[in-house]
Amino acid sequence: MSGINDFAFKIGTVNGTGSASANGLLMQAIFRMGIPVTGKNIFPSNIQGLPTWYEIRVSKDGYTARPSEVDLVVALNPATYAKDVATVRPGGYLVYDSSWPLEPDLVREGITILGIPFGKICVENFQGDRDRTLLRNIVYAGSLAALLDIDMTVVSSMLAEKYGKKPKLLDSNHKAIQLGYEYAKANFACPLPFRLEKMDATSDSILIDGNTACALGAVYAGATVGAWYPITPATALMEQFKAFCEKFRVDPETGEHNYAILQAEDELAAAGIIIGAGWAGARSFTNTSGPGISLMQEFIGLAYYTDIPAVFFDVQRCGPATGMPTRTQQADLMSLAYASHGDTKHLVLFPANPGEAFEMSVQSFDLAERFQTPVFVATDLDIGMNDWMVKRFEWDDSYRPDRGKVLDAAALEKIQKFSRYLDVDGDGIAARTLPGVGGKGAYFVRGSGHDKHAAYTEDSDAYQELVDRLTRKFQHAATVMPKPAFTSQEGAEIGLVCIGGCDAAVREAADKLKADGHAVDIMRIRAFPFGAEVKEFFDNHEKTFVIEQNRDAQLRSLLAIELGIPRDDMIAVLDYGGMPLTAKVVVDAVTAHVSAASQAKVSA
Amino acid sequence: MTSIAKPPVRHPSSRTNALGLTVRDYEGAMSTLCAGCGHDSVTAAIVQAGWELNLEPHKVGKMSGIGCSSKTTAYFMKQSHGFNSVHGRMPSVTSGAAAANRGLTYIGVSGDGDSLSIGLGQLSHAIRRNVNMLYMLENNGVYGLTKGQFSASADVGSKSKKGEANEQSPIDPVLLALTLGATFVARSFSGDKKQLVPIIKAGLAHKGFAIIDVISPCVSFNDHEGSTKSYAFTREHEVEAVHADFVPLQREITVAETDEEVRTVVMHDGAAVRLRSTSSDYDPTDRESAYAHVRACQARGEIATGLLFVDENGRDMHDYLRTPVTPLVDVPYEKLCPGKSALDKLMARYR
Repeated sequence: MSGINDFAFKIGTVNGTGSASANGLLMQAIFRMGIPVTGKNIFPSNIQGLPTWYEIRVSKDGYTARPSEVDLVVALNPATYAKDVATVRPGGYLVYDSSWPLEPDLVREGITILGIPFGKICVENFQGDRDRTLLRNIVYAGSLAALLDIDMTVVSSMLAEKYGKKPKLLDSNHKAIQLGYEYAKANFACPLPFRLEKMDATSDSILIDGNTACALGAVYAGATVGAWYPITPATALMEQFKAFCEKFRVDPETGEHNYAILQAEDELAAAGIIIGAGWAGARSFTNTSGPGISLMQEFIGLAYYTDIPAVFFDVQRCGPATGMPTRTQQADLMSLAYASHGDTKHLVLFPANPGEAFEMSVQSFDLAERFQTPVFVATDLDIGMNDWMVKRFEWDDSYRPDRGKVLDAAALEKIQKFSRYLDVDGDGIAARTLPGVGGKGAYFVRGSGHDKHAAYTEDSDAYQELVDRLTRKFQHAATVMPKPAFTSQEGAEIGLVCIGGCDAAVREAADKLKADGHAVDIMRIRAFPFGAEVKEFFDNHEKTFVIEQNRDAQLRSLLAIELGIPRDDMIAVLDYGGMPLTAKVVVDAVTAHVSAASQAKVSA
Repeated sequence: MTSIAKPPVRHPSSRTNALGLTVRDYEGAMSTLCAGCGHDSVTAAIVQAGWELNLEPHKVGKMSGIGCSSKTTAYFMKQSHGFNSVHGRMPSVTSGAAAANRGLTYIGVSGDGDSLSIGLGQLSHAIRRNVNMLYMLENNGVYGLTKGQFSASADVGSKSKKGEANEQSPIDPVLLALTLGATFVARSFSGDKKQLVPIIKAGLAHKGFAIIDVISPCVSFNDHEGSTKSYAFTREHEVEAVHADFVPLQREITVAETDEEVRTVVMHDGAAVRLRSTSSDYDPTDRESAYAHVRACQARGEIATGLLFVDENGRDMHDYLRTPVTPLVDVPYEKLCPGKSALDKLMARYR
């Protein structure tokens, strides 16, 4: 790393001081210069006063995973000075606020330390504590623009877009950015050896987070009922859904809302609401995270056992209990796959980035209605809340929702008798009717034992017949769920298996491993249940690594349980500290294994 | 909860309602509750009210949770879709169904365990959300299916079948509903069909959440001496505060408004309920007065019954949601999807 359009930098501040807008400004400016860029916001579960970092990676090659090292750190939070200084790569740079004497914590051999008196500049040029605090962020953005060679005309036009209607704010922001820029120009050799240069690699892309993408997918899928209980990191999904609905779903003449959002009293109620709505025939969804999924278990089992469609977005966060709500993880895999008591199995989609999240969000509603069952879209905090560079979303106007087998009044006329859970087609999916249809369409949903006619039963055979149908339905679903994404290299004997947001780091690692002489293939799993291709990949690879972000190798367990692959034949690569995965973790794990194996061969 | 279909016998002389349906058409499967159970009388009252109101059975959603009371949705209106969900969570399921399809009449049936213990939160929030539904709380002070544990509505001092007295104070659903802002609050007795049927009709016509707390004795576990939810105790201590006569829209109001104690409340659909208070200082359209009256009765060891409070001007869930009169399930997809050109335009925001 570190060269033109190939480096990473990090800004450490205190949360609640307005640094987010300055960081967003920097990232967007780089994006508009046509250079591939990624931002990772590492923030506390707090409103004001705790450490927060923003990492920006610039990669001409389009790598979007979290960087394993940073070239430059802007250290503005005294509480984390010691930690922040340690993260600068040898030979890298540190920027600190020189309004105060250099603290001993900040001194380190082998790096270049640049002092800029951000605080002093703000005191001299702006009035009031609030302005001085907020604009300090814009001043450091200006300094970074000089140090990294960010195009100032791009920055100016962005400020104009943002504050065009508020001339006072525009003036102060302009002034702040210039002050920072000029100070750096006057005092240091700008730009630094690693810097930016305009490219044309982002014109077909956007910067967007996964929560927004999922929300947009729900709008385009025609979802009308959303119910939720606020929870980090899933909250923005419903807030974005609301914002899109206000834009697209309000009747211009009557002001009526073609959507219903219910903020429930808890996640149990949110699950109940979407199941009630799904039963009534609406496309419905909830957005939650692990703790919410735990609370929804009973209802999930009800919907599974009674064949009711509903979509659950699980933006996974870190840990059991409250855990670390602002850190990322993929640790709900097992609890989603088999959610609820009794024998249950569910359909789960695993998008890798916001682009795929948009597509899978739409798809989840089709799957839920086609298979009349709960469908989970499992993203995580990294996908959900960080801005990712992805291709512009596409839409095909010929799309029509797959409502599955629903008998309306006319269809009911043609049949002798309606039996709600009768598997007429042999695919495990029985036709349903919607409340209000009349005629012979009425039936009674019950979570208690029921037979294929939906009548109450305590009979062993009738019970088994019903749950065996659910198994057939699940097996049928396995044939239509999204196939894995494969990346192949010539002559590879090693297979890397991963899931969701690990994608970016694993693909980058594969390139590095290849450069080191290890050819690898990648299979990124995109859905549960697994299709036949998943098993084949294991059959075709001598050595496989299963890379995932949880402690207990949950994906590996699912593969062992569902496909019968011997568990210990799969080497687990686990990263569960709550940060987005870096390529280095994968490269190191694979290299260590491969060299250990070849040494073992030699000594044998 | 075995379900036994009733033989479809129809007496040729059975009276039909405006839809050409007889009372039998509003019945469901055979009840499997104990002989003499108060709940069966409540079911009969719902059947009667539905028939008298000319409800189209297939336009009704029957909602319930878990418990003896929740089983009863299978015992009326077999032409209706029913949803026997999970314990204490019927209000959320109904909220979602109502949000999706407001064109149905929702009848929720619950019990004191389902509503006041495991489901107290959901009941409270359905009231706050003001879901347009009838909520029947069949209240017997006891857990029947698990054989006789006290419920949260058991009165202090009330004795269980084994002779143990309840020491914890009860949750009164009527006082709770009044406090939380419910717009229709009533109490009745399963043994008083004459009082109950018009209240159910008014509750069905009410716009918003209508709760009827029905004292419905459990003959197996809570009908003995010393119980305060027995037939004998309820008969002896019931004090009707407000008598309701339901006047459907189709019928002209013929009773002259001379009686000062009769108040006519016009329901959302134009029908009317005529409320006759038994005491001159009781105003069933005034929440404070209703609250004071129920408390005063309680202090005297009496059970205040009748349609205790009604407000037809409240805003219901759909008012808050600003949803169209057309049920959301009937809004065509073309109106829901913004389409390709809107998406292409939207993408500029993320540049």
